Amino acid sequence: MKTLISIALLMLSPIMVNASPNGQQLFENNCSVCHGTKGGGGVGIPLALPSFINSVSDNYLRKTIRYGRPGRVMPSFNNLSDDEILSIVNYMRTWTGKKGKTFSKHNITGNPQAGGKLFNKLCISCHGVGGIGGAGTGVTFSRPRNSPIIAPSLNNPGFLSSAEDEFIKETLVNGRAGTPMISYKQFGLSDQDINNLVSYIRGFEAGPYPFKSYDTESAVIKVDSPYSIEETINNVKDAIIGKNFKLIRVQELNQGLVEAGKENKKSYIIYFCNFNFLNKALAIDPRVGMFLPCRVTVIEQNGKVSIISTNPLKLASLFNNHELSEACKEMHTIYSELLEEASL
Amino acid sequence: MKFPTAISRLAGLFILLCVSFNSYADDLIMMRVKQSFPETMTSLQIAIKKAGYTISRVQRVDIGLTKSGFKTDKYRVVFFGKAEEVETLLNQYPDLAAFLPLKISIFAENNDTILVSNNPIILQRYFKQIPEHYFTRWEKDVQKIFSLASIED
Repeated sequence: MKTLISIALLMLSPIMVNASPNGQQLFENNCSVCHGTKGGGGVGIPLALPSFINSVSDNYLRKTIRYGRPGRVMPSFNNLSDDEILSIVNYMRTWTGKKGKTFSKHNITGNPQAGGKLFNKLCISCHGVGGIGGAGTGVTFSRPRNSPIIAPSLNNPGFLSSAEDEFIKETLVNGRAGTPMISYKQFGLSDQDINNLVSYIRGFEAGPYPFKSYDTESAVIKVDSPYSIEETINNVKDAIIGKNFKLIRVQELNQGLVEAGKENKKSYIIYFCNFNFLNKALAIDPRVGMFLPCRVTVIEQNGKVSIISTNPLKLASLFNNHELSEACKEMHTIYSELLEEASL
Repeated sequence: MKFPTAISRLAGLFILLCVSFNSYADDLIMMRVKQSFPETMTSLQIAIKKAGYTISRVQRVDIGLTKSGFKTDKYRVVFFGKAEEVETLLNQYPDLAAFLPLKISIFAENNDTILVSNNPIILQRYFKQIPEHYFTRWEKDVQKIFSLASIED
């Protein structure tokens, strides 16, 4: 009988192991690409920083993974179950071996007007006007950087939904060692002053959040050209140079995919770049290389010539990066004007 | 919870739900490879070929930036596709040309290398008239390429 029970338990054990998600594996699959293999940071913040990981609640981490930070690179992980998220959080706790803090959901009462004055005096230089956050979301160690972190966006709905008032207060009181965030006690603030600041930050919830999504845009920008394919290509080249971009190359779309000499002469890609703009875009988000270099495609089909480009605004919506969306707005204008000029 | 605070909390949650619906983690396929850039670049090219694709071009983004006086670590974009498939799709759905050939960005981050691609399945949202099987297969293939590229020798 004992043997039967042992066999039954042995048969069950793999199921039981599989039933508990592997937090480390999940972290490596979903988080490490931005936050580093052991939370050392990269495109994302260094989560393993003891002054961060030891001062946040499990609730804060769970909600942050679930909701993300709209417009600030960190996406919402809707693809993960609650158990999987909990496993990731438990794995993150192994970095320092300490349990997460527990904060009450009790709201701190303060004077938001007085807090606003303090915010504009002491916080605005890092956290920006209205708590919008530091510039340069999505920096990476592949680019020059001054700090491993960027001041968080305090008006971000993802942050406000995740952070308890007591957590915000504790951060103000203790600061965050290893980052530019110092203890606000050093400014001589009283307990009431700090409550006023918390109350002001909490008040961002009522205000509008200035992140605009362009997901409803069309995927491509397209115009028809009244010219031949050769003339259209020349027009595009002239328009590119006219916009202070450097022409990189013109090639058949399937060049390199087919044997040399057998390329399709009815579809061409024209690559171009402005390295100053590119450098700025990569500093905003290093993943932007995915739609680089700039390109326009010229196609002839059934005697009709069309000029097509991707719509940078549409692609920007994939990156969840407000700053990048703004840069893509500029690129959208450039592409639209370029296509129009080339087809006039 | 005081009444105005409760209202403000609900408003915050509403805004969150409104603005975050289209920023899903799986819109991009990304991977951190614990290998240096040159090794990963070689693995990536082998993986693309193993998955049945031809590399049409490697854009050396870092070279252009460095020549223009900007500092950057290694950064390349690898273009790839299947000749017949590209030809068929171009003839039937010319607007898709803007997204072809497929591509993967690869860049160094200290001793690691990062691979990034848009998830080809998003193209299904953009081009609803194109049969879904193209995009689902591309998604699987890109995931396979990333896995193969991350396996250490």
